[in-house]
Order: sequence, then C-alpha cells, then structure tokens
Amino acid sequence: MIEARGLTKRYGDKLAVDDLTFTVRPGVVTGFLGPNGAGKSTTMRMILGLDAPTRGSVTVNGRPYREHAAPLREVGALLDARSVHPGRSARNHLLALAQTSGIPRSRVDEVVEAVGLKGVAGRRAGGFSLGMGQRLGIAAALLGDPRTVILDEPVNGLDTEGIRWIRSLLRGLAAEGRTVFVSSHLMSEMALTAQHLIVIGRGRLIADTGVEEFIARAAPGVVRARSTDPEALAALLRSRDVAVSEDGDGALAVSGVSTDQVGRLAGAAGITLLELTAQQASLEEAFVDMTRDAVEFRAPSTGGGPS
Amino acid sequence: MTTTHPATPAPPSGAAQRVSLARVVRSEWTKLRSLPSTAWSLLITVVSIVAFGVLYCLLRVARPPSDPAALAAFDPTAVSLTGVQLAAIAVGVLGVLLVAGEYATGLIRTSFTAVPRRLPVLWGKAITFALTTLAVCLPVTLIAFLVGQSILSEKRLDIALTEPGVARAVVGSALYLSAVGLLGLGLGALLRGTAGAVAALLGLLFGPQLLVGLLPSTWSDQLYRYLPVPAGAAVANVRPDPVILGPWTGFGLFCLYAGVVLALAAWQMVRRDA
Repeated sequence: MIEARGLTKRYGDKLAVDDLTFTVRPGVVTGFLGPNGAGKSTTMRMILGLDAPTRGSVTVNGRPYREHAAPLREVGALLDARSVHPGRSARNHLLALAQTSGIPRSRVDEVVEAVGLKGVAGRRAGGFSLGMGQRLGIAAALLGDPRTVILDEPVNGLDTEGIRWIRSLLRGLAAEGRTVFVSSHLMSEMALTAQHLIVIGRGRLIADTGVEEFIARAAPGVVRARSTDPEALAALLRSRDVAVSEDGDGALAVSGVSTDQVGRLAGAAGITLLELTAQQASLEEAFVDMTRDAVEFRAPSTGGGPS
Repeated sequence: MTTTHPATPAPPSGAAQRVSLARVVRSEWTKLRSLPSTAWSLLITVVSIVAFGVLYCLLRVARPPSDPAALAAFDPTAVSLTGVQLAAIAVGVLGVLLVAGEYATGLIRTSFTAVPRRLPVLWGKAITFALTTLAVCLPVTLIAFLVGQSILSEKRLDIALTEPGVARAVVGSALYLSAVGLLGLGLGALLRGTAGAVAALLGLLFGPQLLVGLLPSTWSDQLYRYLPVPAGAAVANVRPDPVILGPWTGFGLFCLYAGVVLALAAWQMVRRDA
C-alpha cells in the first residue's frame, strides 16, 4: 500500500510534482502513467525517501519509507537501470545489496536465476545491454521478497520476450497480494499489464481509475466514413455541427456520432457510402487526449512560471 | 537469456531483514573488494611508499650529510618513509572515488534505498575503508622502513626500530594514510562530484602551506604547525622540531579536520535529495 497525500516537489521555480494525492492498493498492478517529464520518477523517488517532498507526505505500508527497519522487506524498487557501478559484477552488486539486510547469498542466486541472468552474473554490469541491466535491476527489486514493488519504466530496453516476462511477473506479484506500482509512458503497454491507472501530466493528477473506465471516459468513438463524394459528406456533417477530419484515402474521420447516424444522414442526402466503420479508441489515444487537456488546462494557470 | 519462471522464488525469513551497521559494513566490504579500481589504487599506494622510500634512501647514501650539523638534523626514519606523502594522494583519491563513484553511477540511489537512513552507508564506508587502508599500509610502512634502513646502513646512517619514537613514526605513517583516506571519503560525500572532491582534497593537502608561505614569517611560523599536512605528518617525526606540533597532538588535529569534513558530509547526506 502506497499513500500519497498532497505530495508536492518544487525544484527552483519548477513545480515537478503538484499536490498529488493517490493510493496504490495491494493485489492489482497499478500503472503510473504520464508523458516524459510529467513527474513520475520524482514521485517514485519521494516514495522511496530519496527526494524530500516540498509539501505533503507519502507512506509505504503505513510509514514513511525511511522509518522502516527492514526496508528491503517492505519495498523492492527499480529506479534507473543504471544505478549500478559498471565495474562490479552483477552477482557482487546484488550481494552487497543483500548484505545490508542480512539476506543470505543463496537468495542472490535465486533472484539471479529468476530473472534469467544466471550465465552472466559473474560479468561486469558495465558490459550489460539495456535489457540485461533492467533484469539486474528487477533482480535487485525482488531480493528482499518485498510486500511492495515499485518499478520505473521496467520494459525500457527489453525485447518482446522480456516484455512478456515482465507482464506475467508483475501480474504474478500482484496475485500474491503485493502492491505493484509500475510507471510507463507507453499506454499500450499498461493496457496489457495494469488493472488500475494513475495518470499524471505536468505533475498533476489527471486520472485515478480502472483501465477500462479510463478508455471509456477519455476517448469518444470515432467513425471512419469513405464515400464517392467526401466533400459533400463533410459539408453535410459539418452543417450538423459534427467534427470531421481527413482520414486518408478520401475517407473522413467523424467524431462524436455513431455509424447509424452517419449512415442515415448520408442515405437521406443520397451520398453513396463505400465504407463505414467504428474505430476502437485505443488507450494510447485516450492518454494523448487526456494529457493534452492537462497541458491546455495548465498553460494559462502557470502564469509567469516556466513552460 | 531465457527465463525459467516468473514468480518470485521461495522467500527468505522476513522478520530478520533489519538493517544494522554491522551488516552495512559487510556490504561495504563486498563493494570495496569487488571493484578492480580499489586494488589498483591500493597497489599504487603500496608501490609509492616502498619505491620512493628506497629511491630517497639510495639518494641520501649517494650524497650523505657532510657536516655534523647536517648529520644531527638527518632523520633516517623520515627518509625511508618519504613515499608516504605521495601515497597519501592515492589513498585520498581512492577515498573520494568510493563515494563520488556511487553518485556518478547512480548506485547511491540503490544504496540509499537499501539503507534509507543513509548515515550507516557513510559510517560503513568509513569503517571499512579506514581498516582496509590500515591493514594494507601498516605492513608496507614497516617494510619501507626496514628496507630503507638496510640501504642507509651502508653509510651508517640507519636507525633501529627500537629507538625512541621510531616505531611510533612507522605505525603513525600508516594511521596518517588511513586518516587521509577518510578525509577524501568525507570530501567525496560532501561534494559528490569526483573532480571537485579531488581538487578540494589536493587543495586542503597542499594549498594551506602555499598560502601561509606568503605571510610574514612571524605569522607563518605560528600557523604552519596547524595546517593539515604538517600537523598530520608530525606523527612520523622522530627528531624534535619546535616548528611542528607534538606527534599525537598533530595527528589528533589532522583527525579533527577529517572528522569535521565527515560530520559536514553526514549532515548534508541526510538533508539533501539523492
């Protein structure tokens, strides 16, 4: 369980995180979404006590992270895959980490094997690919068998097989009753992994909702209509105050109306339709719409502040 | 890189996973010994102590003190331990790297996530590093002394380890190196950047003497003894020297300087964002 209350972080006159209040519950994978620079990493650093909030507070499993006597038992974190000394072997990196909490060497071997680094654990971490570095970071996060797992952009640099592995790992961890909090700027990835979403833009909370509700709320359906006379169809729809845009191939993208309505209007006007399909709104589009709104909403209120 | 199974393996016994200083010391020892750069820096330290001691002894044998006054001022212990001053740079820089290297690579965030109270990381590093440098430097200063004296004995310039102050100078030199290492470590933790901390280390070790040298001699003679290196090096002084502090007083003062830097580093480490 992670509970943020009015969490705010200011760097100079830049407000990186602005009054965030949210709760991450155990048992489900919670996606933490936002465009690059939205404040996701800063929020995660504050959760882990690495950065002190300017205002507000955040607790993990009921306490500020710094106050936990057995921190690796409470939280396993992957912050930045490169938070490793390049000259040290993967195994020694994990061993040093384990020893701070008295975790036995056998557990290091277990996590090394679980993340698929067994053959390369003796090699210097500096020679690792991005994907191997991510696996090493995930091994470090699992070391203490934590109740809460916090991963910042874990799929970065992973290949398809690695991404599928992460997905099932996260779902498995959540199914065991753990709190799983995963950041990403890729909506499509979160659609497949997360059950719950916390979306931020410019440091502000945009949505705290289930994945399906998020799509439904964010993106109204779009209808693709191709006809023998696109100009006439566009003019007809615009005369009814319907938003229309070019969709290539002489097709139109029509927003906010159903296929039935478009079909009836075209029929009544004698326009021949060649194609009429309802486009599934993707999570990616929902996300872009949401965050664009946030940016537009934020822009005037920042006043003389930085862009 | 195939993956066997996604679920976490069998959990270790959970209640026992508390962080303690002893555990952090073990962890820091693993970190220290698992970096090739540590071994290289310590090797440079060892070679500096022995090689420069031998070189300087050979030089003095080739050009022995000519008149009685020069002979009276001749300090065979100091001559055989000349390399310590050079080795101090290597040890100090290694101390800087132990902390600044973690900031440079981002490893410090991993370290602070494992030890969220942070200070045990600093104390763990300090304890581990001080003991390691002492364990390495103590035998090496003794070897440098013995080899140096055997060279000086050719012109009967040598001194025995049992003479007053000599054993203290040999042990004290190793202690001094440890303390310089801690000064470097403290600067690395305080300034975080390798370049800045190395510059600050060299500045603290050599800068004050240069500045004091610009003052009128009545002032500079008074101040000189309190500067970091003259104070710390006093522990290796066998001939009584009125310009210099007593051996343990001087060394104590140097430790105080290093302690102040470490205390500032500790204060900043808890306060600042990582």
